[in-house]
Amino acid sequence: MAKKILTEYINVPGIDTFEVYRKHGGYTAVEKALKTMTPEEVVEEAKKSGVRGRGGAGFPMGMKWSFLAKPEGVPRYLVCNADESEPGTFKDHHLMKELPHLLIEGMIVSSFALGAHKSFIYVRGELMYVIRILEKAIEEAKEKGFLGKNILGTGYDLELVVQPGGGAYICGEETALLESLEGKRGNPRNKPPFPAIKGLYQSPTVVNNVESISNMPWIINNGGDAYAAIGVGRSTGTKLISASGHIRKPGVYEIELGVSVDEFLNSDEYCGGVRDGHYLKALVAGGSSVPILPAHLITKTANGEDRLMTYESLSDGGFATGSMLGSGGFIVFDETACIVRNTWNFSRFYHHESCGQCSPCREGTGWMEKVLHRLEHGHGSMHDIDLLVDISKKIEGNTICPLGDAAAWPVASAIRHFREEFEWHVTHPHEATQPGAVYMGSAALV
Amino acid sequence: MTEAPNTVAFTPDRLAKSKEIIARYPEGRQKSALLPLLHLAQEQWGWVSPEVMDYVAELLSILPIEVYEVATFYTMFHLDPVGKHVIEYCRTGPCCLMGGEDVYGYLREKLGVEAGQTTADGKFTVKEVECLAACGWGPVFQIREKYYMNLTRERVDEIIDELSK
Amino acid sequence: MEETKPNLFKITFDGIEVEVEPGTTIMQAARKIAEADRSHDALVPPAMCYYEPLKGTGGKCRACLVKVTQGSAKDTRPMPKLVPSCITQVQDGMVVENTTNPAVLEARKGVVEFLLINHPLDCPVCDQAGECHLQDFAYEHGAAKTRYEEERRTFDRHDLGPYIQLHMTRCILCYRCVFTADQITNKRVHGVMHRGDAAEISTYIEKAIDNDFSGNVIDVCPVGALTDKTFRFKNRVWFTKPVDAHRDCPTCSGNVTLWYRGEEVIRVTARKNEWGEVKEFICNTCRFEKKNTSDWTIEGPAKVLRSSVISANKYRADLVKKPDFALKLANSQYKPIDDSRSYTTDQDQIRQLSIENNDKANHRSQLADKN
Repeated sequence: MAKKILTEYINVPGIDTFEVYRKHGGYTAVEKALKTMTPEEVVEEAKKSGVRGRGGAGFPMGMKWSFLAKPEGVPRYLVCNADESEPGTFKDHHLMKELPHLLIEGMIVSSFALGAHKSFIYVRGELMYVIRILEKAIEEAKEKGFLGKNILGTGYDLELVVQPGGGAYICGEETALLESLEGKRGNPRNKPPFPAIKGLYQSPTVVNNVESISNMPWIINNGGDAYAAIGVGRSTGTKLISASGHIRKPGVYEIELGVSVDEFLNSDEYCGGVRDGHYLKALVAGGSSVPILPAHLITKTANGEDRLMTYESLSDGGFATGSMLGSGGFIVFDETACIVRNTWNFSRFYHHESCGQCSPCREGTGWMEKVLHRLEHGHGSMHDIDLLVDISKKIEGNTICPLGDAAAWPVASAIRHFREEFEWHVTHPHEATQPGAVYMGSAALV
Repeated sequence: MTEAPNTVAFTPDRLAKSKEIIARYPEGRQKSALLPLLHLAQEQWGWVSPEVMDYVAELLSILPIEVYEVATFYTMFHLDPVGKHVIEYCRTGPCCLMGGEDVYGYLREKLGVEAGQTTADGKFTVKEVECLAACGWGPVFQIREKYYMNLTRERVDEIIDELSK
Repeated sequence: MEETKPNLFKITFDGIEVEVEPGTTIMQAARKIAEADRSHDALVPPAMCYYEPLKGTGGKCRACLVKVTQGSAKDTRPMPKLVPSCITQVQDGMVVENTTNPAVLEARKGVVEFLLINHPLDCPVCDQAGECHLQDFAYEHGAAKTRYEEERRTFDRHDLGPYIQLHMTRCILCYRCVFTADQITNKRVHGVMHRGDAAEISTYIEKAIDNDFSGNVIDVCPVGALTDKTFRFKNRVWFTKPVDAHRDCPTCSGNVTLWYRGEEVIRVTARKNEWGEVKEFICNTCRFEKKNTSDWTIEGPAKVLRSSVISANKYRADLVKKPDFALKLANSQYKPIDDSRSYTTDQDQIRQLSIENNDKANHRSQLADKN
């Protein structure tokens, strides 16, 4: 069995209560950090661990912490990003509802490290039932003296607030999240200034993903070096992967970074392989925004090396032949999946979720969706395929926040790897618009 | 303000809850309570009317326009009256891979409504939403705070029967 | 006091060196170059949302994207992405490419196209025509035609009180009017509703914008989305004559521009500088209710510094030409038509192909009927 850092006790009955969580070693990291360590030492352990942001960007968390400005007399904030909305990603949902105390323990330790006395957990509003679970857990922790004034008699004060979102994917972008937390529309801010200098209420702020923060208790208990010893190269530790699509065992799995894609996809410990009677066609490895890969580039890189579940290996070959680990949303497509339809679906998602602030994203995402809709419904032309590539290029890199890139990549990569399938929709509009019709390679063209 | 006095008001326990929520934020940052208060309002009235938004603005001492801008930005807030049960189904990729389109089509057919509509008896409103972060357990409905997962046509029948009682 | 040289930053913009104060943005530096030498006007990045007098504007429209090829003298690496020049501050030794960089011009062409796909292109009946920044922007940076075939979004027209009409279909969502209401009126009643390409400027519920300074939203609007109802369909701006005038106003500075048609004042606006920006906002009384020459002390013809319809007979046939950089871009992108396809002279095959094509066309139109 692979090493479990986050989910070792996830199946223990009652682990969502303080008592049971405590019995399994819960909150010892709070005791250790607050009683025996300085905030700087906690930051140092996070740096040593090499843990990278688990929300999708993969930026080293310890380094992010060290950028936090510390002007005198100004409060600092830690905000946990639990606005998980990237299609294909549902690990934070799972982790919070099963192990609310793990996140709370992580928040206490991390807030202590950053010198924050009021910290927020911004949870997407749809997960109201999870918000209630977290609020109950916070009450328990407060009763036991792990939250509130003078925690464990150490003189450290911390208040945790759970904030609901209102239904907006864009609030997963950290500055949009901060705007939303201030009670405004979720429009991402222009950067600079970055949140580390001017974040929530114009004060220095760190925004971290649920899973990133949930790693902290283990890191404190076992040391950053022990964490860094797990994994491969700069992909240290474990990662939660949300597996969905055409596989035998969809669900959330904790893997050691470095396990091969082949093993993750096909072993019974994880996905259990493509569902019975079908075969692999494509994979989105890190949430809907990352480039889609065709079957021949999934378990092997373009150089013929084994593809591993690491930040580096999944992006091997750049966008030409690689993808990204992203948020770990692992979506598997078998031969029954129509790539054009799926690309249209993802494109509709980004169109729906664009905040509308900057013109390339506001106008471009809707345009792409409309062209893809036309292609999927048999009214497209060859010219439309090139048009899509061009629109995606004019959005990518030219927007305020990464949503523009997230909308452009799936379209560009689908055309890069499945152009024939798009062309088939143009040349065979009648066949392509039959219910359940899928391009099956050149045989279907006869 | 010189406008007619508001006739909408939170129930006493919700009013107390709203005060508690406002007190969470630093001095002068009460606007942060806007989303939680809109959720609280929707819990009470089922949707957020302009009058409700004006009431929330008053509680937070902010301009009504600040509430309108926010309430229309976030898709969870119903800006029009809805049925007794609002069924929100996830239309995004992974749920569709798991047979979502068939299940959702069946739901609409069964209730005789299109997405965005309410049944004639006012019992059900069907809404299309984007990813609900339950992709491995799709297709998915959300009805109020509850998630219904791994849906099939049979399961849809059961859910509708149960809610119709 | 000892003579101290201010610590200026030296930057290079399209090959021209300029010294500016720290904290200056790239846009402001470019404007400084043009202010010193008007022949450089065309080098200044276009601004559709940025509006210097309004705090917080900028960064949204992406019209002013430029390439920073050298971050600073200390860190000579280029910036990885194009940056919005209106909100990016200069560093000492920064090198910026605007009209000299094909990627910038290409991105900008994209921004024009994006802004126009949902724009009604109703210039012939739009009061803003002739002084519309979107017209200028499209003329200087856009492609000749659009590739957009889909339906455009439309909205109903709304009156925001007796003086202002909102024609949302024309709006490019620059947010300037929202910033204006926030910063120069005491109570904002309009804002941006909804999101994405469904976002709209609105009061949400029918409300008049009722404030002494509300009329300024007309002046800041870069397009014809907010127009002066007292001027509606009165005349084309290029037939009118702008004259600077002032009056003793208890509410505002009283410094305005009067727009004459013959002897008649048909419009009053605030004075705009060469970048189309109002430095002194005026009150509604001056704007909407003082339409007699006798209300005003006339100063003389308004100076219009930058290229403009009214000033320079811009659309006179011999003056109508694309800026140099646009011609250069077109030149660099010119490709001879690649026609290496093989053609058949076999009549049977031609007939067969034409039947197939017809089938396809028929099928498509059937589908289109069905949907």
